[in-house]
Amino acid sequence: MSEEKKTNRRDFIFTASYALGAVGVGAAVWPLVDQMNPDASVKALASTEVDISGVEVGQSITVLWRGKPVFIRRRTSEEIAKAKDVKIDDLPHPETDEDRAKNPEWLVMLGVCTHLGCVPLGDKGEYGGWFCPCHGSHYDTSGRIRKGPAPTNMEVPKYEFVDSNTIKIG
Amino acid sequence: MSDHNYTPKSKFGKWFNDRLPLLSLANHLTDYPTPKNLNYWWTFGGILTFCLITQIVTGLILAMHYIAHADLAFESVEHIMRNVNYGWLIRYVHANGASMFFLAVYIHIFRSLYYGSYKSPREIIWILGMIIYILMMAAAFMGYVLPWGQMSFWGATVITNLFSAIPLVGESIVTWLWGGYSVDNPTLTRFFSLHYLIPFLILGLVVLHIWALHVPGNNNPIGIDLKKPSNDTVPFHPYIVVKDLFALLLFLIVFAFFVFYSPNILGHADNYIEANPLVTPAHIVPEWYLLPFYAILRSVPDKLLGVVAMFAAIFVLVILPWLDTSKVRSAIFRPLYKQFYWFLVADVLILGYVGAMPAEGLYLLVARIATAYYFLHFLVILPVLGLKEKTLEVPLSLTEPVLGGSPNEAMARSKKEIS
Amino acid sequence: MRVLKSLLLVLVISTYSYNGTAAERSHELLSPGWSFKGFFGKFDRASLQRGYQVYTEVCAACHSMKYLSYRNLSEAGGPEFSVEQAKIIASQFELTDGPNSDGEMFTRVARLSDNFVGPYENIQAATAANGGAYPPDMSVLVKARKGGADYIYSLLLGYEEAPEGISLDDGVYYNKYMAGNKIKMSNPLSEGIVTYIDGTEATEDQMARDVTSFLAWAAEPHLEARHKIGFRAIVYLIIMTVLVYFSMKKLWSRIESKI
Repeated sequence: MSEEKKTNRRDFIFTASYALGAVGVGAAVWPLVDQMNPDASVKALASTEVDISGVEVGQSITVLWRGKPVFIRRRTSEEIAKAKDVKIDDLPHPETDEDRAKNPEWLVMLGVCTHLGCVPLGDKGEYGGWFCPCHGSHYDTSGRIRKGPAPTNMEVPKYEFVDSNTIKIG
Repeated sequence: MSDHNYTPKSKFGKWFNDRLPLLSLANHLTDYPTPKNLNYWWTFGGILTFCLITQIVTGLILAMHYIAHADLAFESVEHIMRNVNYGWLIRYVHANGASMFFLAVYIHIFRSLYYGSYKSPREIIWILGMIIYILMMAAAFMGYVLPWGQMSFWGATVITNLFSAIPLVGESIVTWLWGGYSVDNPTLTRFFSLHYLIPFLILGLVVLHIWALHVPGNNNPIGIDLKKPSNDTVPFHPYIVVKDLFALLLFLIVFAFFVFYSPNILGHADNYIEANPLVTPAHIVPEWYLLPFYAILRSVPDKLLGVVAMFAAIFVLVILPWLDTSKVRSAIFRPLYKQFYWFLVADVLILGYVGAMPAEGLYLLVARIATAYYFLHFLVILPVLGLKEKTLEVPLSLTEPVLGGSPNEAMARSKKEIS
Repeated sequence: MRVLKSLLLVLVISTYSYNGTAAERSHELLSPGWSFKGFFGKFDRASLQRGYQVYTEVCAACHSMKYLSYRNLSEAGGPEFSVEQAKIIASQFELTDGPNSDGEMFTRVARLSDNFVGPYENIQAATAANGGAYPPDMSVLVKARKGGADYIYSLLLGYEEAPEGISLDDGVYYNKYMAGNKIKMSNPLSEGIVTYIDGTEATEDQMARDVTSFLAWAAEPHLEARHKIGFRAIVYLIIMTVLVYFSMKKLWSRIESKI
């Protein structure tokens, strides 16, 4: 056998060992990483049903969904009018009120400031909506960011009206 | 360490190494001259390092999901087994990893006994190893308590009650260990804390164990002092590394069989029943790796003396370097010691067997004889043997026995066939 | 020396084959041959579904299964009911939730994410209702008994007339596989006690087999994934071992040539 051939085979075995070894280490590390992702029981708690029969016009309730507060507000007609009476182009994050509240009377959104995750205070701020005390973000009556450091509007989760008295979030 | 004169090639490397000589350390570890006649029994040091790291990594992860509370511990283990992504895999690796760790450590210890690795100048390595072994037993015992099954609870009760044998203060010590009047939540939480701590103590001791090893260098099958580096040694990397890796992979195949196909065979069914302080299981048996000591404990009819005998069984191992009076290290050149070595192996296996059996009738008798022989071996046979035994002639260098048929010679031969 | 070594080997093997409770049980356990044993062992879906039916119609009257949740019934590797079926199953149970915004507990229909609703409020209630013998939770029962699935299966088929000379108290039954032969659970299975949805004939043996399969899955819901990953891992390790072996040979050939 020639010298060259010998070298080639040696190289092949080493390269194959290293390559396959790397694959194995990767496969062994994945479970160690994946175990930190939400587990099956957490994922299963994806939806929650809320009874809204007791909420009067102009009132809001806060419920917990996936460990976060969800604001459910039964808006007054003035608030709805105020939310609709906005030039879309003036908004930092342009969204119409119709897109955010399928049923204009009910505004459902994650009560989490999109800046750094604090919970904004209701009936506060320059736009009559919410105000985040952490870094001074002002949201309007549709939960849209109007002023301050937050980059986007408060998030509207997936939800549906199961019947006239129940909202299912998630 | 003989390589203080290492200088890194790159400028930055030199700058860094002058301030923190990590590169010198790495160089020492890779170039470390290792006897080239080490057989596969020597690969268990590397395997044990792997076991320790595996236990620490999987343990850290389990601690992210486990809840150390008497009401929730059992449930949280089931949560890990059912809901956590790959939780079942991580837990089974950790649980079986403990057994594999002990399997490897027993082979490592018995290798040392056979080849006389505990003798001068390696006494400190041996004693460090014994401390590691004792800590391993403590960690394993406390870890077994954490799932809070029936065996956890009653094992903890029985083992902690050993301390009540101490005259006068025994009862107070047990109460102190429990943090109450029985094994309960305070016991569980402190065991969890200590179970988390001990592996890191072991890790530190392992560093010292290896440091102490690198001063005189490895013992080897023929037990002679080798001039290093020389024709008798090879650099640790890549020669020993690749060999250790090969052995580790074989070990992993066995490990994988347990984890994937018989994950509960080494455990006890009763530990899948949640702890119940009102009902004791019919048979309380420790994990297999503690059975020989358990047999010694039960073979003595007196409570205090039984506990003393059990701890003495470990203590005689600690002082072993001074009990063995023979100047010759390897059993290869000690025909009589070789016989007694295998008697000891058989004796320990018998102790392990009767440890799993009920302590009555013939089993008890066998346990007593085996216990007596265990102490006889270390306290009488070894000291006398060293003085009386006629040993074979020990060669001066490796060259001779290597040609005489060590594994490396076979390797050399097959290499010739390939090329 | 050689004799001694083979003696050692025998000892090691006998230690491992030791069965702690062999002495107590006078009868060899029955084993119908489980589909989930072995290298590629998998559960029989139809059997698991029937097993769930037996559990819920017979066992669940007394035995809880608190570590399982309804969603598990539709997960891969289990009975694999459809999600819709699992939802319907869950909706047949009610549980106490709360407190609501008025601070009161309320009853609601179970959802997929809920754990199996048990027959009793707590262990004490279960014990009191069953003549002082707690019907054990069945979530990990197969793993909690020596002999595992074989034992549960045998026990279910092990009811017999007590042999002469053995007297039984009220509410105690004779079972030849039970430790001590006395059991406080009456024979739970009788021919036709369940009418299988899939039309399988509900013989005692069939029901024992199905419900034991179901319990085996319940105790080890990731068994199929474990077998699958295990096989791959071992094949990988063997290939890797061979590669490293040849690498080692190559490397060491340099050294030996010097000698």
